[in-house]
Amino acid sequence: MTVMKYGQAIDYALGEAMARDDCVVTWGEDVRLIHRDLLARFGPERVRDTPISEAAFLYAGIGAAMTGLRPVVEIMLIDFLPVAWAGIANAASKFRDFSGGHWEVPLVVRAGCGGWYTDGGQHEQTFWGQVSAHPNINVVCPSTPADAAGLMLTAVQSDEVVVFLEHQLLSEQWIDYLAGGSRATVSFDHLVPADGAEGDVPLPLEPLPLGQAAVRREGSDVALVSLGVGAHRCLEAANVLTASGIEASVLDLRSVYPLDKNAVLEQVRKTGRVVVVDEDYIRGGLTGEIAALLLEAGVTTRYARVAVEGTIPFAPHLEYAALPNAERIVTAVKGLE
Amino acid sequence: MGLPLGFDAASAYRAMVRMRLVEEALAQAWADGLVPGEYHSGIGEEGINAGVLSHLSGRDSMALDHRNTSPLVGRGTDIKLLMLEVMGSEDGLNRGWAGHMHLMDPGIPAAADGIVGASGPLAVGQAIANAQLHPGRVAVAFHGEAAMNQGMLMESYNMAVAWNLPVLFVCKDNKWSITTYSADVTGGDLVERARSFGLAVEKVGGDRVEDVYRAAGRLIARARNGQGPGFLSASCHRPGGHFEGDPIVRLLRNPRGQAEEWGPPMIRSAREKTGGNRSDRVAAVKVLTKRGARAAWDYTVRARMDPLRRGRRLLDQAAVERIETFERQEVEQAITEARAAVGPRSTFGVARGGSQ
Repeated sequence: MTVMKYGQAIDYALGEAMARDDCVVTWGEDVRLIHRDLLARFGPERVRDTPISEAAFLYAGIGAAMTGLRPVVEIMLIDFLPVAWAGIANAASKFRDFSGGHWEVPLVVRAGCGGWYTDGGQHEQTFWGQVSAHPNINVVCPSTPADAAGLMLTAVQSDEVVVFLEHQLLSEQWIDYLAGGSRATVSFDHLVPADGAEGDVPLPLEPLPLGQAAVRREGSDVALVSLGVGAHRCLEAANVLTASGIEASVLDLRSVYPLDKNAVLEQVRKTGRVVVVDEDYIRGGLTGEIAALLLEAGVTTRYARVAVEGTIPFAPHLEYAALPNAERIVTAVKGLE
Repeated sequence: MGLPLGFDAASAYRAMVRMRLVEEALAQAWADGLVPGEYHSGIGEEGINAGVLSHLSGRDSMALDHRNTSPLVGRGTDIKLLMLEVMGSEDGLNRGWAGHMHLMDPGIPAAADGIVGASGPLAVGQAIANAQLHPGRVAVAFHGEAAMNQGMLMESYNMAVAWNLPVLFVCKDNKWSITTYSADVTGGDLVERARSFGLAVEKVGGDRVEDVYRAAGRLIARARNGQGPGFLSASCHRPGGHFEGDPIVRLLRNPRGQAEEWGPPMIRSAREKTGGNRSDRVAAVKVLTKRGARAAWDYTVRARMDPLRRGRRLLDQAAVERIETFERQEVEQAITEARAAVGPRSTFGVARGGSQ
């Protein structure tokens, strides 16, 4: 067991995977500087800076993955993935099927996502719903250093495509780069969930299976379902609800796809009430997916969702109001009475 | 060679001073913790902005990138509203919805986009609309040299030439792709690349506003007359780095402090038993040393390429002082009022469980 920061844990796991398998390489914008520790250990051939050419270097990752390598392609922020969408929508998600199941695409797409630190509507989206809509694409967003490390190891070792989203609020690397965290004049301590940004990582590192949700809190009155920073916001809301005599369970999905359906059903059956908390857009995403899953399973439940309903505004207080904050979660739960 | 015909050195200098002062005020506000998120300043690009903008009037369109403050200041955007927006106020230019990367002034046909290369296709679209609806108007795309590795920008060059559109692509070449040295990730020569698309090409030192004016004037005149699109390559220097707080700039300003932060984990990592062989690890050290040396060169030697320093030589001392005094007063008033409106801050967002 070692205490690690969130970003450090991801790089630790990637380093472990690179040490175990010479075919694991990583490339992306600025990776030699951002992941300088990996550069120092593995050299410039395996840690490669790219030009600002997202469409090409993501697609190149698909080609490399079909030709023997295990690339971890870093799209700096998930907001830049749409520039390279064709690679996900038309190639990475399809080639295994097109080959009749003979070819695998062992590709990891690594990207920062998520907000709360005020970076505007084009640098803090999550897109996990849209990404997970495509066949054969796994999507994870860990909420703790231990999960981050375990899921990164799994992602690299998997023969399938995994989109690995690291939440920018939890990552010391992205808070430094994107939020100007190096300034002595600002502090993000009150915004950053402490046990998400830093925590124990069990060693030796073991892969954490995809699609396995974690119950973060037991409660009998309502199930709060989320992932990433959303899981932490649910815990905050649960603490507030306790004062009103409402006990909430908090389920951290960890993966958007595969979705741990059994875990969702178990929590919802137990409580008869569910609030899905999603730091992604409300349309065409996780909140609707879970509603469909509950309907298909014939579960009778009260249902509400708290998600992003439009462009995320820049001004801090407007941004906060647009994201699934604890107050919105509490209000949604109370609306289910 | 004398000054180009029609060039007004005092106006150009005034524009550059105003841009510089607004950028400095915002960079300081960022350092003081009043600007949330990132801030990409246009310090060092004033010669390019002022030289190109001198030729634009009325409803000519612009497509801007992440360094969009200065071009908007040059086009006459209200600087206090702009500052409020960058500081995240609901009373800002875009009612707090944009921040610095997406500034949009309803009075100016300009779009600002943080996606690298997006200014190319945006300007092409503006040019198509201008050609059909408002013949004689031009569209200008501002982008960096690093954006020239982005497919959509190259596709835009092709469309502009294929359709003979009234558009000018202005490439501000500061030699850096975020914090990667552009030459390390770029094949061939970028000016030749642009020329091979069929664009009319000019290349200038962006620190000489009069040279930018002359070259941009030729290209914009061609475009206005329906003679086709142009490409202006202008060199510049970014003393503040990619954005405020740029880790490489931090390293140069405080080598010991940064080494203490970065050094131990890197050394631990380099000494891991498993990993690359010795030559891989030596190559890694070389890569980082080279980048540091290039950055150091840029931030000392190239820093002398200050467009304001050169612009000052075009005027007599009294004119320089008059312009600087006037602009300083205006910018200081705007930033003082904007800071007062935002109030003291020690963080952004809203405290956990808080409500505001």
